[in-house]
This record gives sequence, structure tokens and C-alpha cells, in this order.
Amino acid sequence: MKALGIINFEDNVATVDGLGEYRPVPAIAILGRYRVIDFVLSNMTNSGIDRVQVYCKEKPRNLIEHLGNGSVYNINSKRGKLRILYGEKNFASPVYNHDIANFMLNMQYIERDNNPYVVVAPSYFMYSLDYSTVLAKHLETGADVTVLYTSTGEAKTSYLGCDVLTLDKTKKVTAIDRNRGNTARKNVSMECYVMTKKLFIDLVKKAAETSSLYWFKDILRDSVGELDIRGFQFKGYVACINSLPEYFRVSMALRDRTTAAGLFKPGWPIYTQTNDSSPTKYEAGSKVTGSVVANGSVIEGTAENCIISRGVTIRKGAVIKNSIILPGAYIGEKVKLDHVVVDKYAIIHHVKELVGTDDAPIYVKRRDRI
Amino acid sequence: MRANTMAAMILAGGRGTRLLDLTKKVAKPAVHFGGKYRIIDFPLSNCANSGISTVGVLTQYESVLLNSYVAKDQFWGLDIKDGGVYVLTPRERDQKGFEVFRGTADAITQNIDFLDQVDPEYVLILSGDHIYKMNYDKMLKYHQEKQADATIAVLEVSLKEATRFGIMNCDEDDMIYEFEEKPAHPKSTLASMGIYIFTYKTLRKYLLADDKNPNSSHDFGKDIIPAYLNDNRKLAAWRFKGYWKDVGTVDSLWESNMDLLKNNNELDLGDETWKIYTEDVNALPQYVGEEAKIDNSLITQGSVILGTVKNSVLGTNCLVGKGATVIDSVVNPGAKIGEGAKVIRCIVADDVEIAPGVTVGSADSEGIELVAKKFVE
Repeated sequence: MKALGIINFEDNVATVDGLGEYRPVPAIAILGRYRVIDFVLSNMTNSGIDRVQVYCKEKPRNLIEHLGNGSVYNINSKRGKLRILYGEKNFASPVYNHDIANFMLNMQYIERDNNPYVVVAPSYFMYSLDYSTVLAKHLETGADVTVLYTSTGEAKTSYLGCDVLTLDKTKKVTAIDRNRGNTARKNVSMECYVMTKKLFIDLVKKAAETSSLYWFKDILRDSVGELDIRGFQFKGYVACINSLPEYFRVSMALRDRTTAAGLFKPGWPIYTQTNDSSPTKYEAGSKVTGSVVANGSVIEGTAENCIISRGVTIRKGAVIKNSIILPGAYIGEKVKLDHVVVDKYAIIHHVKELVGTDDAPIYVKRRDRI
Repeated sequence: MRANTMAAMILAGGRGTRLLDLTKKVAKPAVHFGGKYRIIDFPLSNCANSGISTVGVLTQYESVLLNSYVAKDQFWGLDIKDGGVYVLTPRERDQKGFEVFRGTADAITQNIDFLDQVDPEYVLILSGDHIYKMNYDKMLKYHQEKQADATIAVLEVSLKEATRFGIMNCDEDDMIYEFEEKPAHPKSTLASMGIYIFTYKTLRKYLLADDKNPNSSHDFGKDIIPAYLNDNRKLAAWRFKGYWKDVGTVDSLWESNMDLLKNNNELDLGDETWKIYTEDVNALPQYVGEEAKIDNSLITQGSVILGTVKNSVLGTNCLVGKGATVIDSVVNPGAKIGEGAKVIRCIVADDVEIAPGVTVGSADSEGIELVAKKFVE
């Protein structure tokens, strides 16, 4: 595929409370063994995109460690290239740290690439899609920009703050607005754009000239009348991790094997960094049901409808329901959790009961001891 | 990390006939163990963890899978500048034509050119079909301290067991003065583990001499060690304490898997300081269904458990259907247990499908049943 992959970061509206304090959204652990970014990056390499730039808003350590040189994502270490790029200067304030600023600071790497097209996609949308079908459609319609979108009936509760598209009969975009959650049925932009690399560079430069607070989505919205922007409807499973309740809802929904089958497709592997953990030990007396469990854990207690990540310990008499336990966390004896997200390496020992709700799951901080 | 001066050679050519159909298409070192591992992951991970970077793997019997598997040296972190995993198979040679490896020693002799190229000071000879964790670097330090020509790792066994092993008779400094293969009346209980460190320069001479000896069976235990003893070479015994198992039969392979289920088992696969590395299979996390019951079991990623699993070890991407029961069994990767089926005291081979409602094995069987074919009724 003759396209450079650009994985963009989420805007400031998308914030996952708690988890997001320690790592950028793409590096958040999900479904026991993955990170949010694994899905878009696997889509790119599975689509035959071998040169990928991952833009990182802040705290790059986590992403650098997870992505490595890209070999686990099936990127050829000689011909391909995975670059992790971020603004290496201090921004006057966080509002100046947007995608356009980062693209401008790394413009030489975009210009130097030989691919005639770009596929720009954010890391906080999860789906499985072959981008070559989008590029083929883009070439067929002769559009300037092709935008991926999903038609949803859940826009009142999900995709809040995302762009929504108004389309005419030819799927031409006539307006781009923000989803303010007032209507359920919306065409939500998946913020994935296909265009020539030249147009992409022109738009980035134009955005930088227009306003020093502009994001790429702002310049695209301004260009609706001038450019032929077409929608490409994606009909498969889509999730957008842009808040803690959404992270929680999506994780819980993907425990269902039928739902998960929409994301994990045969012949479309989702790659991630391995940890060489041993198999998980279900001790005598443990009770686990309706759960997704990663390797390397030791379970003595009860887990119902949970996501249990790598290297988790659940001691005797502990009862965990509807909760997400991130890698290395320790749940002590007789601890009761319901609707709780326990961050990495946290130890729950003294507090014996925590109960949250679907809309407000309780978050336990990384490495916290409670 | 800068490599130490020892190269490892793993003997992985054997079939393991007593593993029956498990080794019909793969050599014994490639047989699965502990759900996600293959037996050869143990010596290879030990090498990586001991700081050894050059590892030759000598293969012969059904080697297609094994060769392609070990060639992926990145699985064990051995894809490094100064080393790697080298697959060494019998080959056609000038003057000699095509010869198979005639014995464990001959396998090394036929690859002296490889070792000369690596130019190690010491050579570690390992077997590709044992389950254990060992720090070979400690053994090397011992070999150097003892200024030995060869050091043999030994394990204390019971007097009864001693009749099944090669036994090392040692003086009070643990220097070996006699070697007895499967003695009827053992004088000692120190069994050879088939793990040797040789100073390469000396070994090279003995291997070349052995090659020319028409009466030799070209075996380390039967020929090379006795030749060293004959010449009063310094042979040290290095005592190993810990879990070690030669999983040579269906029963012992099953037992060794069951050992993993014991609390505080000696092998401790969860030990972060001495991980056993293996292939990174792309699989989803485990899924445990609403009606599942899992008790005292090891389960690995990609498996879907909808039924009951008790005292069992399940490999990658297994399926236990609704109402199915797996008890006291080892289920290898990719195997599917149909709805309502019962599996008791079995090893279910890779990718085997057991049809719904079928029962295999039994609670009071003497031996362990190997289910190697698709089981319909």
C-alpha cells in the first residue's frame, strides 16, 4: 500500500480520568493483554502499511517501551519504519500542544517519506479494517479527502465531543460539527483520513498559519466548502476510548464473545508486546465466571464478569464483580470490589469494600496501596 | 550483553519413541509442555538466562517443525550481535557423503567446523528433552574452580532409581573416578543429568579420536567420558538441586504437567527472575464463560472455557465446550473438547477434536490415555 501511516493523538476533549494521568490514551491497557493503540497499528500493518509515524502528545516513555521498533507489529525492521514522534520543545501551555504543532515540528520526516498517500488515524478508536479498501474507494471517487465514519444510534452517550458529519446523497461531507450528545443517531467521524501526502502537508501548514491553536480537525472543518471531502462508512464494530465510563463500558461489552468477534477477526491479528508470562493458575476453590483473563495471574478468590490482566493476584475470599484489574495488581483476602478499575501494581488490602457504578466506576491509582 | 566464552550445543535429534503418537511428526524436544511451552524452551531459556549467546541445536528426527521453531532465536532473546541459535542438521560432506549422526558425540564431531568458527573456550552439552531450570554460568564457574577437563551435572536420586541412570562414583572432592551405566548394584546415588561442560581444546582431541575408533558407539556417556577416565583426566561432578525431569513417556509427561499444579512447586514458572520464554502466539486472552467451573488448573491464552476444568493443564487456543468436563488431564494447544464430552486422565494431543458427548479416559485407569486422533465415539 503506497501510504504513510500517521497515528494521531486524541484531542483535549478525550480524557480518561485516572488512567490518563499516567500514560497517554493509546498506551492504556485494555482487555487484559492489549493497549488501545494495538488496534489501529495492527490495522495499518495488516493493510500493508510498513512505514508508520506515531505522534505522542505527552509522556512518551510508556509508548516507546510498548511499541519498540515495531517488529512485534510485523513491521520489517529493515524496509519498514516505526517512528514515535513528539514535540521536543516546551509548549507555552498545554493548549499549544496539538497535532498541528507536532506535525510542524516533525515536518521533515513527513516530507522525506516516499509514499504518495497518507492514512491518518487516531489511536483511541478501536476497530478492524483494511485501509487499502478505503484508499481504493478514495481513488475511485476522486475525492480530495476521504473520511471514515460510523453511523451510530448511541451518540447521546458515546462518542461525546467527537466530530459528526453531515453527508449529502453522494456521501460528500457538507458540514462537520461536534457531537454534543443531543441526538442519538449520528454519523460520527472516526477521524481517519485518506488523502495525498501533498494535500496533508498543505493542510497542516495552512492550519498553522490560520491559528496557533488549530487542530487538524479544525482546518478540515474550515475546508468543507473548498475541498471534496467524502465519507466512507465503516459498518463493523467501533469503540472510542475517550472517557473512563466509555473505557469501562467498552471493556465490559467486549467480554461478550459475539461482540468481540466484531473486533478480533480471523486473518486479522491484533499484535501486542509479549510479556512471557506463565499460564494463569486457577487455585483450588477459585470461582471465575464471565471473565476475560490474561496469562500470569494467580486466582484464589471469586471473579464475576471481570477483566483480569497479566500478573494479577486475587487472594482467598476476595469477591470481584464487574471490575477491570490492570497488570500486576494485588487484591487481598476478603476484599469486595464491584465496578472498580484497579490500575497497575495497586495493592488493595486494608480497604475491604469498594462499589462504583456503570457511569462512575471507582478508579484506584497506579501503585497505590489502600 | 557481552557473551561469556561458552557455547551451548543442544542435542535435539531424538524421537522419544515412548511418547507414542506425540512424536509421530515432531521430535521430542518440540513436544508441548505446561500449556504454552515446548520442552526445548527449557534448555534454550536456561541458556539465555545464563548469559550464553551462541547455541547450536542438533536436530535429526522429524526436524521440520523443530528447525523452524528454534531458528526464531528472538523467542528467547538470543537474536543478538554476538550470537544466535544455529540449527545444525546432518549434511552431505566431501569424501564422506551423507551421514546421519551416529550418536550424541558424533553429532558434535560432525559439527567441529561450526565450533571452530565460534572458537569457544568451553562447550556445554545439553539435552533438548529435559524439564528443569539451571544456571549454567554457576556450573561454568565450578568447572573453572575445579580446573577440570570436564564437569558433569549430577542429581541425587534414590538407591532404587540409581539402577536406571548413569551413575557417577566420586571421591570426597566430588571428582569422578568411575562411571557406571545403569548399575545393578549402585555404589553411589549421583546420577548424570546428561549435562556436560568440556574445555573445548581437550574435547576436540577426544572427539577426533573417537571418530576414528571403529568400536565406538560415539556416545558421550558410553565412550567419551570413559575415555577421559581412562586417561585420568579431571572430571568434576556438579551437584544440582531442584526440579529435573526427563519426560520420556506419556505417563511421565503427564506427571510432570501435574507437578505444576502443586502449590509452591519447584519449577515455579511464575518466577520473574528466571522466566521460561516461548513462542509469542497471537491469541486473545482466556475467556471464562458464565457457567464455567475451574478448579486447580493452569490455563493459557486463547483458551475458551465454557465447561468444567479440574486439576488440568490447558494449552493455547483450547476450547472446552458447554457441559464438557476435563479432569486430571493435559490438553495441548488447539484441542477442542465438544459439548458434554468428558476427558479424564488423558493427554489430548495438539489440535485434536473430541466430539460432543464422548468420554475418553477413565478415573481408575492404570496409565494415562493419549488421545492423538480425532475422537468421534
